[in-house]
Amino acid sequence: MNLVQSKSSHTSIALIGNPNSGKSTLFNSLTGLHQKTGNYSGVTVDKHYGSYKHHNVEYQLTDLPGTYSLYPKSIDEEVACKALLSSSEKIDVVVIVVDSSNLKRHLLLATQVIDLKKPCVMALNMIDEAEKNNITIYKEELEKLLGISVIATNSRNKEGIKELKEAILNAKVSDSIFYNFEKQKQLFPNADSYEQIITSQFSIKQTNSELIKGFELADNIHRFAKINYIVAKCIKQPEQLSKSITQKLDSFFTHKIFGFAFFFLVLLIIFQFIFYVAEYPMTWIEEGFTYLMNLTATSLPQGQFNDLIVNGILAGISGIVVFVPQIALLFFFIAILEDTGYMARASFILDKVMRRFGLNGKSVIPMISSVACAVPSIMSTRTITNWKDRIITILVTPLISCSARLPVYTLLISIMFAGKQTFLGFNYQGLVLMAMYLLGFTAALLAALVLKRFLKTSEKSYFIMELPVYRKPQWQTVAMLVFDKVKVFLFDAGKIILAISVVLWFLTSHAPSNSFDTIETKYNKIIVATNNDSIKTIYEAQMQSEKLEASYAGILGKKMEPVIKPLGFDWKIGIALITSFAAREVFVGTMATIYSSGDSENTETLREKLIAEKNFETQQPSYTNAVCWSLLVFYVFAMQCMSTLATTYRETKHWKWPAIQLVFMTGLAYLSSFVIYSVFS
Amino acid sequence: MPTLDTLKLGQSATIQEFTDDFLSLKFIEMGCLPGEKIKLTNIAPFGDPIAIEVSGYLLSLRKQEAATIVVKINPENTVESCAV
Repeated sequence: MNLVQSKSSHTSIALIGNPNSGKSTLFNSLTGLHQKTGNYSGVTVDKHYGSYKHHNVEYQLTDLPGTYSLYPKSIDEEVACKALLSSSEKIDVVVIVVDSSNLKRHLLLATQVIDLKKPCVMALNMIDEAEKNNITIYKEELEKLLGISVIATNSRNKEGIKELKEAILNAKVSDSIFYNFEKQKQLFPNADSYEQIITSQFSIKQTNSELIKGFELADNIHRFAKINYIVAKCIKQPEQLSKSITQKLDSFFTHKIFGFAFFFLVLLIIFQFIFYVAEYPMTWIEEGFTYLMNLTATSLPQGQFNDLIVNGILAGISGIVVFVPQIALLFFFIAILEDTGYMARASFILDKVMRRFGLNGKSVIPMISSVACAVPSIMSTRTITNWKDRIITILVTPLISCSARLPVYTLLISIMFAGKQTFLGFNYQGLVLMAMYLLGFTAALLAALVLKRFLKTSEKSYFIMELPVYRKPQWQTVAMLVFDKVKVFLFDAGKIILAISVVLWFLTSHAPSNSFDTIETKYNKIIVATNNDSIKTIYEAQMQSEKLEASYAGILGKKMEPVIKPLGFDWKIGIALITSFAAREVFVGTMATIYSSGDSENTETLREKLIAEKNFETQQPSYTNAVCWSLLVFYVFAMQCMSTLATTYRETKHWKWPAIQLVFMTGLAYLSSFVIYSVFS
Repeated sequence: MPTLDTLKLGQSATIQEFTDDFLSLKFIEMGCLPGEKIKLTNIAPFGDPIAIEVSGYLLSLRKQEAATIVVKINPENTVESCAV
């Protein structure tokens, strides 16, 4: 049956294959830059699709998630399987991608897909590696036995891509049948096709599931018997797996000492890049936006609209774009680690330790990266295929102290230890700072332990995982992943972040009735009357401080005071808690505004003012050690970051998870600060 | 009969049967079928998980999962592991 002259304007093609079949690289070779990322509805699996033109016909291509068979064992696999069966999105041709040097196992999925009776072609991918391992595949024989066209491809140098496109044009339904016909007659006497059995897996009827399992077992064993025959007929390969580079590298990468040493080196490099190197482009982005904001502020007519554009929207966008360097760098490394096959080894050596905490060997990189920032870290949990392990990692990762907390810690510690220098030869400030980081790590691990008990999942947890052969990274694949992640963050999480920043802007820049006017009139008179510029600056700072106090944020802060008083916080801290929801370091800037200490870059004056601050009623210093400790611990635990919440939403596709994160972290912060404050005061 | 988790490094064996229904389905689709030859190629630093060579590729699994695979240890493997 020749297809493809379909009446619709384009032909839709699905790419299916095992994980590690080189499917994504092949997808990139076929579509080039014409690709997009979307979402499968209801699940957090990314949908990659793209297009290409061949003989002036438009082809729409979907890269399905990797799966080992059509009997799904995980959410990703279920998505791949359903997409293939889906009647809403009609698939004209299925391209089955197999790893040429691992053909036996890959043929299982291939024969299942062929049995669906859709027009198929097979891409014998990574043919170069098979040749290198002295594996000979008799392609014509394979085509005959499978009943479909088989094209040798090597997506690295685009070998076979043209032939594959040609084969897709002439794809046909195979005449061969591989499924266990006897068993089908016995268990599903009413089914008249293999597709019906596969589809029935997804029906809600429970009685089906035992039947299906029974069928799956018999079917796959039956398939492998046939596959063994095909392999014997079509493949000539050496007896032993060649004592290849992979085995030599494995003895190093999974070594007791060298294996861990190398892993820590990898962590150190990633850490250096996202912590220090990323700082340069981040500064450029911030400076660029400051320039743009100044330019816009002066070129647009003064007023409400100007303020909204500059301080609401542009400032919000700046706060989103500033994450790009860290995201891009982290994913650059993760893509390389995944693509080379190292990630599976890191997971292998760390599994035993991490499993105790309900985490996964692959949780380590996200957790360490969140010392820089939780946003890219949460995004990087995509590599964890087990749902429960992934959710736990996402939930606990923000407890680890990120770089945005550092300015807050530094300010508070400098207030507490003003004058005091060392303890047993160690600098006090350094010791406390380290204690805060350790507190965050410990809390993350303990929270994981607790969540491990409470989270229920229908997905079975196992660690049966392929260790792929080591390969050189594919730069195109790496670049595509980085580009994709940045785009997803900017446009998905970015929307939410922008909305919240506009709300925060409104709260701080608006006040009920005309209280701002009153303050401005009062100060403008004084400012006009003074000639001294430095005194003018002081008055201006005082005006800003009074305006913030009168604003909705100020009112909220004061309303909050009874709630946060048991923690030792006053309404001024209350305002800073609200504004620092945009990003934790905003705490310092807001405090600087409230105490009208001018430039927020220079915290020296702010520090002095905070130390000098006296309680209105008792005339005692406000920033006692008890208050500072309480505030420090509050910032270690509290979910004071809208970007993290937005990212969690984007990565879990459910408001439930960011809500849980917000409640449990802030609850933990509140309780801890309450205890700390009560003990110290 | 021994199970896969009791194998020594470099030892090879033949899969006999499975004792866990769900895992057996997973193992089979990963190419671990009864009658298939396997070889223990790697043990993680803390003794768990382990990696085996099966139908031409490397598969890692936890010991508790390996304990559900009943194997027959191949007699000739001592010679072979010495040669390697």
